[in-house]
Amino acid sequence: MNKIVEKEYLSQNVARLVIHAPLIAEKRKAGHFVIVRTGEKGERIPLTISSTDKKKGTITLIIQRVGVTSCKLTDLNVGDEITDVVGPLGHHTHIEKVGTVLCAGGGVGIAPLLPIVEEMHKAGNRIITILAARSKEYLILEKEMVPYSDQLIIMTDDGSYGAKGLITQGMEDIIRKEKIDLSIVIGPAVMMKYASILTKKYNIPTIASLNTIMVDGTGMCGACRLTVGGVTRFVCVDGPEFDAHQVDFDELIIRLGAYKNEESLAYSEFRKTTLAEK
Amino acid sequence: MFLSMSEFNQEYLKKERDQQWRVDLRESLKQKDRVKIERLKMPEQDPRVRIKNNLEVNSGLTAEQAVTEAQRCLDCVNPTCIEGCPVNINIPKFIKYIEARDFLKAAQTLKETNALPAVCGRVCPQEVQCELTCFYTQKLKKSPVAIGNLERFAADYERETKQISVPEIKKQNNIKVAVIGSGPAGLAAAGDLAKSGYSVTVFEALHEIGGVLKYGIPEFRLPNSIVDMEIDILRKMGVFFIRDFVVGKTSDINDLQKQGYKAFFIGSGAGLPRFMNIPGENLIGILSANEYLTRVNLMGATKPGYDTPVHPGKNVAVIGGGNTAMDSVRTAKRLGAERAMIIYRRSLEEMPARKEEIHHAMEEGIEFNILQNPVEYLSQKDGRVSRMRIQKMELGEPDESGRRKPVPIVGSEYLIDTDLVIVSVGVSPNPLIPKQMPQLKVTRWGTLEVYPETLETSITGIFAGGDIVRGGATVILAMGDGRKAAAGIDQYLKNL
Repeated sequence: MNKIVEKEYLSQNVARLVIHAPLIAEKRKAGHFVIVRTGEKGERIPLTISSTDKKKGTITLIIQRVGVTSCKLTDLNVGDEITDVVGPLGHHTHIEKVGTVLCAGGGVGIAPLLPIVEEMHKAGNRIITILAARSKEYLILEKEMVPYSDQLIIMTDDGSYGAKGLITQGMEDIIRKEKIDLSIVIGPAVMMKYASILTKKYNIPTIASLNTIMVDGTGMCGACRLTVGGVTRFVCVDGPEFDAHQVDFDELIIRLGAYKNEESLAYSEFRKTTLAEK
Repeated sequence: MFLSMSEFNQEYLKKERDQQWRVDLRESLKQKDRVKIERLKMPEQDPRVRIKNNLEVNSGLTAEQAVTEAQRCLDCVNPTCIEGCPVNINIPKFIKYIEARDFLKAAQTLKETNALPAVCGRVCPQEVQCELTCFYTQKLKKSPVAIGNLERFAADYERETKQISVPEIKKQNNIKVAVIGSGPAGLAAAGDLAKSGYSVTVFEALHEIGGVLKYGIPEFRLPNSIVDMEIDILRKMGVFFIRDFVVGKTSDINDLQKQGYKAFFIGSGAGLPRFMNIPGENLIGILSANEYLTRVNLMGATKPGYDTPVHPGKNVAVIGGGNTAMDSVRTAKRLGAERAMIIYRRSLEEMPARKEEIHHAMEEGIEFNILQNPVEYLSQKDGRVSRMRIQKMELGEPDESGRRKPVPIVGSEYLIDTDLVIVSVGVSPNPLIPKQMPQLKVTRWGTLEVYPETLETSITGIFAGGDIVRGGATVILAMGDGRKAAAGIDQYLKNL
């Protein structure tokens, strides 16, 4: 079950896994995620479904190596099975023809942005896509975005590819030149926070896809809870997408750090052991 | 032999009681001598030892203890104990088998009605069920027969001597029934349906079978290995389990109908944690009891080699007074908390938790801050909780539940240090399925409406039971619902 049928590295740290999961593939729409667990002692983590092939019954996950579980997953190979894959979870993206949509993806947030860009394009919107990364080697999915983007802008922090600067600078340049009807922002919490502050200034409705810690992913534990619009919401069942201007990003940033110490300890242990094994 | 809920009646009880072996047993010891025997004391691990381990608190009975206790049972003509049992176990029959030293037959008797006797023998609140309605309690005003301990003894004996019986199954009819949720309600429904010959598939959202029995109830009350053994029996009976399957997401009921399932039992539980919505509640270090217990019990947090983290906590505050709160605070103690505190807004007498659990918790050094309520959580740095503000309460006029309403005492607020808070103030029904099926009638609390006799919902052929109907309740009530719904489904399918 959940056999890996394809594997490819998109950059040094980012891998694409295609997994055989026909029931999930059948029901999946853009914006859905899965909860994945590898090994009987593994933890459960959420990952957005990047794309799906309903005929083949496969789903694609794009995973950045940031910690123990993401490394364990991307260390698997074609033919290996992933212990648990559950989904499709969350609400799918609300797709609508609104006019011009500014889609902003930062770092590994570019992966969940891709299916939304595709669907928004197919719905007849004019799509301006802006992708940002620390440097060229961290930039992913550029060519995959091309067919669905009327305009594609790349930004890197160090200027090694595309324009030099933060994604918010690139976004503001566009906003000043064009009428934007909707903005979609996905990326690290701090990026989404500042992108949201920017679009609020210009009164552009904005959707953010949130990446909280999760355990069960079905609304049972509350680990993913976050204040949105002054009320506590569960990202796994009420989200993962929300009106960005209502999201308490500062709270999100804090809550994402709940196990920071445990995570970095575990990761350095993991790297020591895997290096030793090599 | 298997008795559905509808076949169990006074006539049947009388027939069983009149059997020669029961008559002989009753005559072997006079009633007045039986009544003289003192109720047994279940051996328990010393509190100072058990707070450092995860082993069961109750060590179990020896055969001699069990036989002696069984002698106390008077084999009443009108066994009121059975009336107190949500799954209608034939209590006198199994107890008399213990007295007759036929422990295996005692276990088999339990299995005629109860799919998971080792579970019930451990977590049932017998003191408010069978042991409350026992003749000793009602008429003699003495300690009741230790029915729960005896149930556990029989089930454990069968398991430990590796002579586990698989209940008999009526002829297979190849009619497919889907059970949604593998917690106690679903398992009980699956067991009865399988015994009646149906082809049962249980769909479970998590990666483990057992629901709250696995993720909620800690090892020191109900070891997961025991839950697995009981589930294995269901597998041997032909029940099929599918994990990682969220009905309403992975597939919905309409899809399953197209696959040939003729009836459904929804036992998806009350898995939506309630929070108090007070300032600071979203700081890190504040978890719902569901999250905390799931990390520890299901995901193995703190066990070597397991990846899921949890904060052990030095000054742990658990908000609430139910069994889940007891489970949480006692788990925290075992994970090394220096202070493990219960904070409960009503009085000790009003705490809904089992008296036995409260008693064990007190022995283990849990602090009980009763008539107190949190009002705010504070953080010194990094967004992590470091202190909480507590308000003292006093009991005022009774509210609609009949209990006296706790009223804050103005000016009584004080601060305590805390680095881990577990919010255990109740759960609501999981909304996934009701949201997916708007024709399912739902009460204002989000529970599914059902016809009380059959447990059928507002949609024909779809039945429900357990916490999804009751709100947060007990394992045994869920099992009772599972059994009742199985009988309802059987009737429904026979009449199709």
